[in-house]
Formats: sequence, C-alpha cells, structure tokens
Amino acid sequence: MNRYPIWVYATIAVALLLGALYTLPNFFGEAPAVQVSPARATLKADTAILGRVEDALKKAGIQPTGMFLDLVGVKVRLADTDTQLKAKDVVDQALNPDTANPSYTVALNLLPNSPRWLAAIAQPMYLGLDLRGGVHFLLQVDMRAAIAKRAEGLAGDMRSQLRDRGIRHSGISREGNNIVVRFRDAETRDKARAVILEQLPDLQLADSSSGSELLLVASIKPEAQKRTQELALKQNIQTLHNRINELGVAEPVIQQQGSDRVVVQLPGVQDTAKAKEILGRTATLEVRMVDEDNMNPAALAAARGGQVPFGDEFYIERGGQPLLVRKQVVLTGDRLTDAQPGFDNQTHEPAVHLTLDATGARIFKEVTRENVGKRMAILLIEKGRGEVVTAPVIRTEIGGGRVQISGRMTTMEANDVALLLRAGALAAPMEIVEERTVGPSLGADNIKKGFDSTIYGFAALSLFIIVYYALFGVFSTLALCANLLFLIGLLSALQATLTLPGIAAIALTLGMAIDANVLINERVREELRGGATPQAAIHAGYERAFGTILDSNVTTLIAGLALLIFGSGPVRGFAVVHCLGILTSIFSSVVVSRGMVNLTYGTRKRLEGVSIGNTAWK
Amino acid sequence: MEFFKIRRDIPFMRHALAFNIVSLVTFLLAVFFLATKGLNFSIEFTGGTVMEVSYQQAADVDKIRKALDSRGYNDYSVQNFGSSRDVLVRMPLKPGQNSADLSKAVMESLTAEDRTATLRRVEFVGPQVGRELAENGALALLITSIGIVLYLALRFEWKFGVAAIIANLHDVVIILGFFALFQWEFSLPVLAAVLAVLGYSVNESVVIADRIRENFRKMRKASVTEIIDNAITRTISRTIITHGCTQTMVSSMLVFGGPALHYFALALTIGICFGIYSSVLVMAPLVRWLGVQREDLVKPIKDKKEEAVV
Repeated sequence: MNRYPIWVYATIAVALLLGALYTLPNFFGEAPAVQVSPARATLKADTAILGRVEDALKKAGIQPTGMFLDLVGVKVRLADTDTQLKAKDVVDQALNPDTANPSYTVALNLLPNSPRWLAAIAQPMYLGLDLRGGVHFLLQVDMRAAIAKRAEGLAGDMRSQLRDRGIRHSGISREGNNIVVRFRDAETRDKARAVILEQLPDLQLADSSSGSELLLVASIKPEAQKRTQELALKQNIQTLHNRINELGVAEPVIQQQGSDRVVVQLPGVQDTAKAKEILGRTATLEVRMVDEDNMNPAALAAARGGQVPFGDEFYIERGGQPLLVRKQVVLTGDRLTDAQPGFDNQTHEPAVHLTLDATGARIFKEVTRENVGKRMAILLIEKGRGEVVTAPVIRTEIGGGRVQISGRMTTMEANDVALLLRAGALAAPMEIVEERTVGPSLGADNIKKGFDSTIYGFAALSLFIIVYYALFGVFSTLALCANLLFLIGLLSALQATLTLPGIAAIALTLGMAIDANVLINERVREELRGGATPQAAIHAGYERAFGTILDSNVTTLIAGLALLIFGSGPVRGFAVVHCLGILTSIFSSVVVSRGMVNLTYGTRKRLEGVSIGNTAWK
Repeated sequence: MEFFKIRRDIPFMRHALAFNIVSLVTFLLAVFFLATKGLNFSIEFTGGTVMEVSYQQAADVDKIRKALDSRGYNDYSVQNFGSSRDVLVRMPLKPGQNSADLSKAVMESLTAEDRTATLRRVEFVGPQVGRELAENGALALLITSIGIVLYLALRFEWKFGVAAIIANLHDVVIILGFFALFQWEFSLPVLAAVLAVLGYSVNESVVIADRIRENFRKMRKASVTEIIDNAITRTISRTIITHGCTQTMVSSMLVFGGPALHYFALALTIGICFGIYSSVLVMAPLVRWLGVQREDLVKPIKDKKEEAVV
C-alpha cells in the first residue's frame, strides 16, 4: 500500500538531478572579465577581433584565464580585479585608437566561474540590481511633444505641397495639434483640400471660417498619432542604446514598458552621475533657417532687448554671435541617420559628415537650392530650451542626403558636434520618472543578509521539525531541501532575476512549505492514535492531507498571481519566486517526502511502529 | 515530542460572541488609527527621492541637517538607517526639479561636510508612477480577495468563501492599523507581505473548512457547533506548529535581514499572529452565523436504482 511504482521514483530522481544540475553553477561564483563588443552596427564580433584582443593582452604581458567569442562579442576571463582593470585599459587602447569615437565597447563584466561543460548546460541565477549594484531608470517619453512635433513637420509638408501646386493661401499655422490654413475663396480651398487629402494621408480635414476668411482645419488621424508615438518610442530606445554604448556597460537592459515608457538597467555601473547625465540628456535636434532679412544690427539689438520679430526666435551661437532663427522647422533629428566627425576632402579642415534619410534628403535639397548663400541653424532643444550647435552657410545645393559641415572648427569641436548630433536625435523628450541606484557594497550586503536570514531560519526550523517529528521530521527537512533545490534550479533555468525581495520570498516559501508536511505528519499521528496500523496510518495521512494541501496552496497562489500581474519592481521579484515556490513545494512536500517514507517503511511486511514522535497518549 | 494532548474538544463556539467582540474592537481600533493617523507611505507611493548615505564614523545627523539647511533645502527628513553610520535622507517631490540634479547636489553638500560620505542607494519615484503603484496595489488586493472567495465558494460553499475573506481582510486591516499606529513606513515590500499573508491565512481557513466538511460526513449525529469545535480542536496543533515554523523563518529575517527587510518581516509577523486568531476564532463563528448546514457540504447521493425503474 505504501509503495510507489518505479516510474515515480525515477521521476523524483530525474527532478532531483535536474535541480542539482541547474543549481550547481550558483556555487562556483563569478570571475572578473572584460567584454569587447562592437559599438556600431556595421562592425561584427568575429575571430579577427579575438586575435587582436589576444595580441594586445600578450604585448602587455597579461595572461587571461579564459577567452571566447559569443554572439555579443569577445569575453576575456581574468584572474583578479586588478588584472581586469589593467586588461580593460590595454584592450581599450588597442582597439580604439580614436578615444572620442570608439569602434568597440570595452566593459568590465563578471562571468560565471563554472567549468565549461556545466556552463554549456546551465547558467547561475541572474542577480538583480539591488544585489549586484547598478542603476535602474524608468523613463517616460513625452508623447504630447512627439505629436506636436509631428504636426509641425506636417505643417511644413503642407506648405511645400501647396506652394508646388501654386495654390495661394493666406497663411498656415499650427494651433495645438491642429494645422489651420486660411483661404480667401472657396474654390482655392477645395483645390487645396484635394491636394492635402491626396498627398498627406495622415491628416483629416474639417471646414471652418473666421470672419471673412475660410479655414481648413487639419488634424492628425488617431491611427497616425499612434504610429507616430510608436515610432518615437522606438527611436528613443535606439538612441538610448547608442548612448549607453558610450558608457561601456556589459549587460544593459533597455526595454519598452507600456506604451510610453522605457526601462533602462545598467548593472555594475559605479559612475552613476555620468550615467544620469548621458541618459538625462533629453535633447532633440532641429534644423531651421536663419532669418537673414532681420539679421541687421538694429533688429539684433532689439531682439536682445526682448523685441523678437514675428515668427523668429533669438539665440546666441556657441561662439557668442547673436542669431535670429525662424520658428519654422525644416528638418528634425529623426531625418538624421548618422553624424560622423572627419575632414573636408579638399581643404582638409575638420568637418562633420551628416547622412539623411530619403525624405530628409529631398527636403534638404529643396531648401539648399532656394537658400544658397544663406545660413541654416542646427539647434539642440533640451527641455524646451534651444541651443544653436552650429549655423553654417549654405554654399551650394546639396542632394543625395550627404551633408558636410565645415569651417571654423577644430577637430575637438567636430567630434563634439558629431556626438551631439548623433546622440541628440531623440524623437521626443524623455523624463526620468523612477530611479534606483544601488552601490556595489550595498548589493553585497544585501546578498549576505538575505542569505543569512534564509540559512539561520532554515536551520532553526529543521532542528525543531526533527526534534518534534523524529524520522518523519528528517523526511520533512529533506523534502524542504529538495524544495530549495528545485526552486533555485528552476530560477536558474528560467534565468529569472533574483532580487532581495526574491530571497525573502525563498525564505518565506520554505517557512510556508513546511505547512504541508506538518499537515501530513499531524494526520498520520492522528490516524495512529485512532488505532490504525502504521502502514494504513501513513497511507491515510498522505491521502487525506492532500486535498487540504492542494486547496491551501491554490489560495496562496491566487494571491501570488495577483502580485505578479499588478506588482512592479521589487514586488514582481517577490511574486515570481513566491509563485514558483508554491508549485515546487507541492511536489516536494507531497511526492518527494512520500517517496522517502515509502522507501523506508513501505517495503516492510510487518511494521511495528513508525518514528513520528510521541503518539502513545490517549 | 508532543505539545498538544487535548483529549476533549474545546468548546470554542461557546465563547464565539466574546471572540467576535474582541475582533470587532481590534478591527475598529485599526480603522480608527488608519483614519486618524493614516499610513506613512514610502516614496514609492508618494513620489520623491530617498538617498542612503554611509559614513565611516557614526553619522552626525544634526550636522547633516545643518549642511542641507545651508543649501536651502527644507521639508526633508534625515534619520539613521540600520546602523549609526548609515543615514537615510528623504526629499519630497518638487515640481520642475530633476531627480538626477537633486541627488547629485545633495551628495555634494554632504561630502563637503564629511569626506567619507558615500552614496549607497538612491531611489527616485515620480508622482505619476507613485499613483499607479498605489492603484495597482489596491487592485491586487481586490483581485486576490475576489479570487479567494470564488475558489472557496467553488470548492466548499459560498458561506466559507465569505467567512474566510472577512476573517482575513480583518487581518489585513489590523496589519495596516499597526503600521498607522506606529507610523512605520508602508513600502512596496510591505504591500507584498500583506498580500502574501492574505493568501497564507486563508490556508488556515481552508484547513478548518476541510475538517468541518469531513466531520459533517463522519459525525452524522453531532450538532453544527460540536462539529466546528471538533474541527478546530483537531487542527489546532497543526495550526500552531505551522505558524510557529513560518514565524521562525520570518523572525530570522527580522533579526538577520537588515533594515531592507525589516518592515516586510514585521508585517508578516503581525499577519501570522493574527492569522491564527482570526481563522480559528473569527472565521468559524462567522460560518456558523451564516447558517452552514450539513446539506451545504455533503451532497445527498442519489439512488441510481430508482432512476433505472421505468
């Protein structure tokens, strides 16, 4: 009656083996390492880079303990943290001769120390930021600004479309997210409407009037708004990727969260100020024309005093020159695909090379053709405040989308401008709405405290259970150990992130999982007291307790799932471990402990008694 | 070893009214403190900045306050955190202020005062995120309650579902009452602890409900009161041992877990202690007053032979 078929024992054995295998890597710890990955999409991590890294290390006399190439890049394992720092500098110098514009990201990292055969099968648990130290940011994308910017861009498109067809209007202006076009007669308005509907499918139109003027009010269609928002988010994430590459972080996490948020996690980053500075640089880029008509000393002086001509804005160039720039945007940063520092082919002056996408190239060609000899301004807009990065004179019409800005620049300035243009190309401004920074010492502290509380709690619990339930207590304790093994194995196999609340959940799960064994043991005792034979008591104890165990675990699981669905941040880390722990505890406390009981008692024909503590009282 | 040698059923139900009055009073007290003092929400819910700063020697909190005052900060709080060398600086949200600049500026003024000050942790939460967290927390509580009632109604009977959730929400309110009374910080991990306790305490009710059902089948002649008394008496040793074991784990967290786990463990401790009380002495009387009967749990077995007769 208390025998399991062979397959149940086999299942338990396989589960224990898998649990042990996946838990094992967590015991080997981590070794300091240097990670080299390409900083640009055009570069690939290949064996050639592996060779170059190897040569650089050999020249410096550094002996790596291991070195391999994977999808991310080259990883070099080193003996200690001092060599790690040295190796990082050596590799950085060898691969990035131009420090201002690195081709490869060289970052400090930690690699699992487990032997190769094991590393091929299982990885250790991924430690959360609160355990390993690092920065966590939640960034909110300002979608209203993204839409407003799109409306401004569409207004520009409308202007050029109407001009191309020779349709005379008496003004186009943006009012909120709407674009209002004024006409003198209905016939022109009808013509314009046809053109706009055909050429700008993102807009929906409505007629209106104001005094004697006839108006056409264009608004962005909801689906186009949604598309704009999605694009803005995507581009911002891409830009964040580029910026974070500058920081040299080994395993950054950059993820979309919800419809307008981005999570950025930078494990192991110590220089949090720099990280914040680079991420917080919420700049957007705009190309506008300089208002040459008003660039006379009188108007500039008036503008300085606050009397800015209509449709213009007053700026001071980086060199200190005053400028009047038109409000109308010619191009935005999202038309810019790349910006690199370099040199002019003929004059060998430092220069910045820009690459525009197809639409950008077309607009740029048109604008430069009409404005040869005039100046255009490239502005960096940060939180509503603009700064003129550069204001070059247009020498000729520029087609093909390849633009060169040169003149009056040092190499350093060219580098700066290129970096600002490249990294500044955010589609919409972002704001940090949540931040968590954990220093590395606190992380180590948290691991120790979490670990200590689990171990001491577990020891006290085991001691009590063994004293109270004798051999059945030993089984319960072993079942609890198996539970721990399954849980950590499962967390490692799923590569779930372990946080401090996660460790707390492990401790709590163990404390709660004992409930099942207490239920069983109490029931067996009760059956024995009731006069059942030992074998029948074991059988009935497990059978009767099972329904109760299942019910109580389901209710705990309901609470766990609710936490998982609605929780965020630390709560989610808790909920994941809690839910997994409930599942593993049902298996271990019922099946595994029963297996041990069956192996010990089930085979005996004549069982005089079981070791479950005192049941003699009546 | 055996702690509980109870030979006769303990007449819990005889004193049900007294127990319920005690619960009602604690419950009302908890509600009173919640209403008058309110919860001391952490910045995760209210929004703001928290910085944990560590010093090499014992930190001089007054000096830190002076340093911050001289920089024109007000409305902040400075307190020791865990040890005398660590302090926690809390800053409320200010419109138009950048979190990155704030923590940097505060750190600069602290290092100017004492060179050994090192930043251990910064947490900043914007107002919108805080509101969402609070809403999601309330939603999680609601969904958990509904889920548990539905499950128990399905497995047992609606009376058990309702009685169990009232008993356990009573625990939740009492935990919150403690946090309000002592103005302990109510943070996200505490919320997680509260929900975990809710799920855990329901275990208790499930175990008793299971026994009540079993007794209805076995003890055909016994009255409802006798059945409930027997169910509680038979499970009391399991109840106390399980809670003792879980509490051992939680106490270990309370002792060794450091300040990060302190309030989490504290919430669990209160929950576990009141969990025993409420399942045994709140849920069971409620079930009786809701009028549970043998027929609710033991479905009459239909005689198939009769159906076969044409």
